[in-house]
Amino acid sequence: MTAVRLREARIGYGDVAVVEGVDLTVADGEAVAVLGSNGSGKTTLARGLLGLATVLGGEVEVLGAPVGRLRRPPPAQRGRIGYVPQRHTVSGAVPATVREVVGVGRLARLGPFGRLRPADRSAVQDAVAAVGLADRLGDPVASLSGGQQRRVLVARALAAEPELLVMDEPTAGVDAASQDALAAVLADVSATGTTLLVVTHETAALAGVLTRAVVVDHGRIAYDGPLAGAGSTDDGHHHPEGTGLPPARGYRQDQPRVTTDGGR
Amino acid sequence: MEVLEYGFMQRALLASLMVGLVAPAVGVFLVQRRLSLLGDGLGHVALTGVAIGVLTSTAPVGTALMAAVLGAVLIELVRARGRTSGDVALAVLFYGGIAGGVVLLSLAPRGQATNLEAYLFGAITTTTTADVAVFGAITVVVLGVVGLLGSRLYAVSDDEEYARAVGLPVLALNVVLAALVAATVVLSMRVVGLLLISALMIVPSAVAQQLARSFRQTVYLACAIGLVTSVAGTTASYYAGTPSGGTIVLLAIALFLLATTAVAVREATARRRHRRRAEVHAAHPHEHGAGCGHPAVLHGDHVDYDHDGHLHAPHRTGAGVHYDEHGEHAPPAGTGGRA
Ligand SMILES: Nc1ncnc2c1ncn2[C@@H]1O[C@H](COP(=O)(O)OP(=O)(O)O)[C@@H](O)[C@H]1O
Ligand SMILES: [Mg+2]
Repeated sequence: MTAVRLREARIGYGDVAVVEGVDLTVADGEAVAVLGSNGSGKTTLARGLLGLATVLGGEVEVLGAPVGRLRRPPPAQRGRIGYVPQRHTVSGAVPATVREVVGVGRLARLGPFGRLRPADRSAVQDAVAAVGLADRLGDPVASLSGGQQRRVLVARALAAEPELLVMDEPTAGVDAASQDALAAVLADVSATGTTLLVVTHETAALAGVLTRAVVVDHGRIAYDGPLAGAGSTDDGHHHPEGTGLPPARGYRQDQPRVTTDGGR
Repeated sequence: MEVLEYGFMQRALLASLMVGLVAPAVGVFLVQRRLSLLGDGLGHVALTGVAIGVLTSTAPVGTALMAAVLGAVLIELVRARGRTSGDVALAVLFYGGIAGGVVLLSLAPRGQATNLEAYLFGAITTTTTADVAVFGAITVVVLGVVGLLGSRLYAVSDDEEYARAVGLPVLALNVVLAALVAATVVLSMRVVGLLLISALMIVPSAVAQQLARSFRQTVYLACAIGLVTSVAGTTASYYAGTPSGGTIVLLAIALFLLATTAVAVREATARRRHRRRAEVHAAHPHEHGAGCGHPAVLHGDHVDYDHDGHLHAPHRTGAGVHYDEHGEHAPPAGTGGRA
């Protein structure tokens, strides 16, 4: 089966397309890095798959079900997707523990009135342990640092044990040791057949896990191929035909240097 | 107790007990969503419902409930369309509701019970036995729904986008929450009045969230605070001859100020103690170890060192040796996270 299939997709907000003419097919179990400079449209692309940005044209299919103008995924997708939003920290005016926030990750898997069972609770514990916060399970999320809160959001997505895991810069603001830990966790998750789509700038840390790279530039896909080759678009002059746009500011600097030595 | 000898006071206390319990149980979710004023807006809409009830000589509680639920569903649909901001939609609801209510009530024939003030500020002693029965039903339904769907309502209130992304029925849950708010508004109408309803939903939660560590704790604590202030306020208003609504809300606000002060003092004390310790440590720096002079205390998987009455747990970091303070409470929330 195909996890993600986009055909001539136009995705944006309101009536304005941010991402255009995107053709992308991700097979089940693939591990894909989505790269590109700030403002190129990576987040919009990811949100389009989740029904959070508007599909303005073309086809977007996720886990075999079309994502249309509907604002939420069709029932077939419920509980099968995990998502780490780009927003850096946990919000909410009322205190909530790590356990409570991560527990939300299990909810969509249950029926409309289902309650968390022991199996769900242990999945929550495992997910929190996987991001190295096992000793903080009962602590209010607000008492954690920004990087730790980021890891809580990763745990929430992991707890869902999803078929498709979409992560928007999960490594931003996270220290090097935790990035390596995340890479190990993602390797495990990937080994169970989960499809990974990770928006990131830190390809070095995740190079051992992510095998394919999609580079987004000005809302179009500028490169799609092995992760190790993604740096080749960084020749400074080459630009995909047809966009009619000058190279994005900051593109060269932002383009991650991909190392092939396993990323340590 | 004298206050319990009168039937009207028994009904009043019963009504305030139910309101005190229900309003915060729903209000916590509104606070979490930063939509604290939704209750206010629906209170205004309920006034139109009251007026319709008075004009058509039906029970105002029923028509108010219908108007508030309709308004609640409407506002969620407007929010879901995403064209108008929730803010503007709320404002339209506010003013439309109260203007409609005032105008319609003025059309009621003379001799009708059109005591506007009783609806705006509450008239708890006019609670009838039939009212108490309706309130009881509303209480059971609202608490039942919160018990059944609480974790999902929390999920949607905490991070609506995530909930939508993973396929939770966000719109349905939002409509359910709005309907719960509407039901609570009607329940609270007699006790605190339409203008003060929001306070009873929001203030107990504002107190509880400063003291609790988890969402669940916040809900329980807010309900307990609501219950106590509501019953105590109603009792006090009987003896002092003050309006019940205002008395209850002032009591709740007093608790809020008390909790805020207490938390501020606690944090200041913790900061001072930390500074003092830092000075003590700077005065005689050394690495704890066997034979350093400080008694070693086995603490789970590691050794602490008894150090001027508090325990040090040494562990190596990139920058050298660092000591965690053990045998202490965890730092209070709000003093900043540990990186
Ligand atoms: N909610 C939004 N409404 C309108 N435009 C948006 C919104 N979010 C992002 N954009 C626009 O879309 C473009 C791409 O943003 P984004 O997808 O977040 O880029 P990236 O994730 O690659 O940094 C930006 O120019 C931004 O201004
Ligand atoms: Mg982004």
